[in-house]
Amino acid sequence: MPPSPRVAPVHRRAPGFVGSTLAIARKDTLIELRSRSVILSALAFAVLAITIFFFAWDPTAVASIDLAPGVLWVIFTFSGLLGLHRSFGVEQPTRAMDALLAAPVDREAIYLGKLIANLAFVMVVQAISLPAVALLYNVPIGGYLWPLIGVVLLASVGLVAVGTLFSSMAVSTRLAELLLPLLALPFFVPVILPAAQATARLMNGRAVSEVSGYLSILAAFDVVFLVVCTLLYPYTLEQ
Amino acid sequence: MKFSKLGVVAVIAVIGVYIRAIYFTPFDALQGPAQKILYVHAPSAWVGLYLAFGLVFITSVLYLWLKDPKLDRVASSSAEVGFVFTSVVLITGPLWAKPIWGAYWTWDARLTLTLFLWFIYAGYIILRGAIDDFEMRARFSAVLGILGALLVPFIHLSVYFFRTMHPMPVLLKPSAPSMPSDMVITLVSAFCALTLLYAWLLHERYLLATERDAALEGRS
Repeated sequence: MPPSPRVAPVHRRAPGFVGSTLAIARKDTLIELRSRSVILSALAFAVLAITIFFFAWDPTAVASIDLAPGVLWVIFTFSGLLGLHRSFGVEQPTRAMDALLAAPVDREAIYLGKLIANLAFVMVVQAISLPAVALLYNVPIGGYLWPLIGVVLLASVGLVAVGTLFSSMAVSTRLAELLLPLLALPFFVPVILPAAQATARLMNGRAVSEVSGYLSILAAFDVVFLVVCTLLYPYTLEQ
Repeated sequence: MKFSKLGVVAVIAVIGVYIRAIYFTPFDALQGPAQKILYVHAPSAWVGLYLAFGLVFITSVLYLWLKDPKLDRVASSSAEVGFVFTSVVLITGPLWAKPIWGAYWTWDARLTLTLFLWFIYAGYIILRGAIDDFEMRARFSAVLGILGALLVPFIHLSVYFFRTMHPMPVLLKPSAPSMPSDMVITLVSAFCALTLLYAWLLHERYLLATERDAALEGRS
């Protein structure tokens, strides 16, 4: 008799690299979906930041369209840090990481699984804060939505690639969550800078071809740091 | 404090070079005495940004490969000494920039790059301070040392793009200003003297790290 679909079969073959990567991504996403602890605070942070930034500038001196790209990227950066810390922090209290390491799973798969879950986290925050900024700052984004999403995606991959690695390191230190921004922010600069510049140009109605230079920097950053961080990740674990 | 032979040579070289720079090297025709900061600024940048950072990168890669604690001690010593030299660059730069450019700071590519290397050095030192286990501390800082070096071209590229789209004040190019030979000799000797100083400090810091690790290991 075939096993009922709701019960995991005991003798199932161990999943391959892609299978275990996705399983870990699914595990982290499920934990976050069920507890909703960090995503809600990240979203609350995003909305509060949008409000605070608006009043931090003189609206008669600075047009809100000039403000919007900066606000957007500051929010993406800091709400991303909230999610990144959770990524390995969630394994800490019960030392679940030890079980994960004992499982027949490649360490690179753990990193990539965490990375995918973090990317999903960051994208949820972006999916809500981007329209919120467009709405509250009165910036019409409809005309260049797809190129803008491209910029945001390319930048997010870079941020999350570096951030996931540093999160793994930071949780094992005495400073824990305090260390993550300290290590990660200098690495975020070459991502935020081209991303914010490209966003500002798109918002000012420039052609997509004008931002292609920025896009190639972002793509190069993604490729280099995805590969290097995947290779270096095993060194951030207990050996 | 006991001076090693290298220390004596380095300190004498540094004193000699700066006596020459202050008293026996002519003033710059346009910049006057302010230009003399060059003899501290440029050699410190060479040591802090290229030599020390390069050594951190190389020893970090080698550490992850060979797992020899000596390599970690060299890397951490080089990072600390490099941090000091980079701080010197960041202090002398604005002091020179104010009278010549009219502002202490501009977000030019080189300045920004230096600032971020300084942040990475600082993060490296703070990271090491936050880990007690020797082996883990060595691994983590090696990872950061490698990533930091890979970041440099990206910072350079992104800031370069950022800046070339806006007009900037004309900066000193490393090749363009042909200097009188008096100045060139002083500058070249300053490079040598500060490189010696770096080598000495690195060596002393390395010995200290060895002693400290041995003492801590004996205690535990």
